[in-house]
Amino acid sequence: MAASHSTPGMVQIEQSEPLWQNENVRAFALFMLTLGLFLLFWEVGAKSGWFTPGVPTASETIREFWWWVTNPFYRNGPNDLGIGWNLLVSLRRVAIGYTLASVVAVPLGILIGISPVAFKAFNPFVQLLKPVSPLAWLPLGLYILRDSEQTGIFIIFISSIWPTLINTTFGVANVNQDYLDVSKTLGASRLRTIVKVIIPAALPNIVSGLRISMGIAWLVIVAAEMLLGTGLGYFIWNEWNNLSIPNILVAIFIIGLVGLLLDSLFAALEKLVAFGRNS
Amino acid sequence: MNVAPVNTVAPTEMRSPTAQMSIRNVAKVFPGKKDLFSKVTGKARRDFVAIQDINLEIEPNTFVSIIGPSGCGKSTLLNMIAGLSPISSGEILLNGAPITGPGADRGMVFQNYALMPWMTVEENLRFAVKTVDPKSSQKKRDRIIKEHIQLVGLTGAERKHPHELSGGMRQRVGIARALAINPQILLMDEPFGALDALTRGFLQEEVERIWEQQRKTVIMITHSIEEALLLSDRIVMMTRGPAARIDEILEVPFPRPRDRETIQQHPAYHALKAEMESHLFRETRAVEAARAGG
Ligand SMILES: Nc1ncnc2c1ncn2[C@@H]1O[C@H](COP(=O)(O)OP(=O)(O)OP(=O)(O)O)[C@@H](O)[C@H]1O
Ligand SMILES: [Mg+2]
Repeated sequence: MAASHSTPGMVQIEQSEPLWQNENVRAFALFMLTLGLFLLFWEVGAKSGWFTPGVPTASETIREFWWWVTNPFYRNGPNDLGIGWNLLVSLRRVAIGYTLASVVAVPLGILIGISPVAFKAFNPFVQLLKPVSPLAWLPLGLYILRDSEQTGIFIIFISSIWPTLINTTFGVANVNQDYLDVSKTLGASRLRTIVKVIIPAALPNIVSGLRISMGIAWLVIVAAEMLLGTGLGYFIWNEWNNLSIPNILVAIFIIGLVGLLLDSLFAALEKLVAFGRNS
Repeated sequence: MNVAPVNTVAPTEMRSPTAQMSIRNVAKVFPGKKDLFSKVTGKARRDFVAIQDINLEIEPNTFVSIIGPSGCGKSTLLNMIAGLSPISSGEILLNGAPITGPGADRGMVFQNYALMPWMTVEENLRFAVKTVDPKSSQKKRDRIIKEHIQLVGLTGAERKHPHELSGGMRQRVGIARALAINPQILLMDEPFGALDALTRGFLQEEVERIWEQQRKTVIMITHSIEEALLLSDRIVMMTRGPAARIDEILEVPFPRPRDRETIQQHPAYHALKAEMESHLFRETRAVEAARAGG
């Protein structure tokens, strides 16, 4: 600190900046203010009956939330499980379906990206199947698999395969020509070029494909589970049948929170493989 | 003037028995689009003759620069020498054998460095060395890599990734990588084009120093007259495109080792410089006139 006193200019200005001028501090203040106003509006609105009758107050909902979070793992029969169990069920389905999808999509994407023939051959399938809503597969899954657990996994698989496949294909097909030229002038074999140059060069695209796929898988699982039994989606459906709106709100919040965590995980991974390419 | 321009002569007269590389009647034609679909959509293009009748004999251990107006086909020629781009007609011989594709006998330095961003400095060199000689021992590879990092003055930066380096340092890695595979010929396409003037000057002197040590055959494309005069034994001046040719070849008689100040004292310096300036000015003006007219 003593040293910086002798440096004039920038350092002085930075030091004399009051706390409230810091961008992060101001953003946080605005965030808290918005949240506070929203909760206040909700509380007052619910108490004085501005909304549909039966809408819980903010304080009620927060109390419910606290209860669910502090008692995540209890078991009172199949229709009364702690939210932790339901979360684990959903995460398990996503993990299995998503992993299977990635294991198929990444190698297939690399193949399609490398080979123009494979691209032309597979592209029609991809383009046709990509826009189909994942839930459209549900009856088919149930009919073929005859098992709600496997159907859930199947739905996740089919919905999370496309972004990874498409992004991997794009990344592999658009590797910077300079890297390929370097590899060529060194006389590298095709395999060595693919392993050492093409795949690492496409890695940022592959990871962002995986990130989008994860986001979609997490969106789809909740919808699918409403029709399948167990899991967070079913929890919401069940609480809707019980007409306990606070619990639905709690579940929505938890779904959002877990989605956010998963996404940040992939954001960190994206940073890791970027090496200054998109910074 | 004691450096009378060597005019292009018939290829048979130019053939040299000692040449390391012979470029004979080489032309590059970029095929146009003439199929029915292009015609209907109005996208049809005629064949484009970028360069034509290029004849050049390069003796071992000479530093050759190619200079010419922008877009005349210098990179096209260098890419054909590197084997990255097919030769439309004529042939390029390396030690008497025609070039058919890329190979580790030619090391390439790219204008935009072309370092793999996911590899550290050391890994970039290791990738090159291991690709070219997969059977060599780990110890030998380590030694080669260390030597070349030292050669370009990057000791201490081995574990850095390219995005953590300045442009000048990146091109040092590019040069080290090209030299580490011990090529017979070093090809450089505007190696300092993306650098600021000061860094450029430093790197030119580095290349001069390295060249004195290794005396490899070098073919370098440049836009800088001073750079060409500092580094080359011969300067190849190309005409404007399309169908660009070699206009003349200048011999640069300055003794080595050279540095910027001493070569300027040499009696031939200003004549050579004036010759190149007038050539480039003439060709560039013609390009601009053609653009304005067409
Ligand atoms: N793939 C291609 N298809 C068609 N024309 C091309 C292609 N590549 C280059 N050309 C043309 O060939 C000519 C020579 O290009 P080249 O890149 O070799 O020029 P250059 O001398 O290296 O220019 P600069 O000094 O600006 O780098 C240009 O007119 C360019 O438009
Ligand atoms: Mg060029």
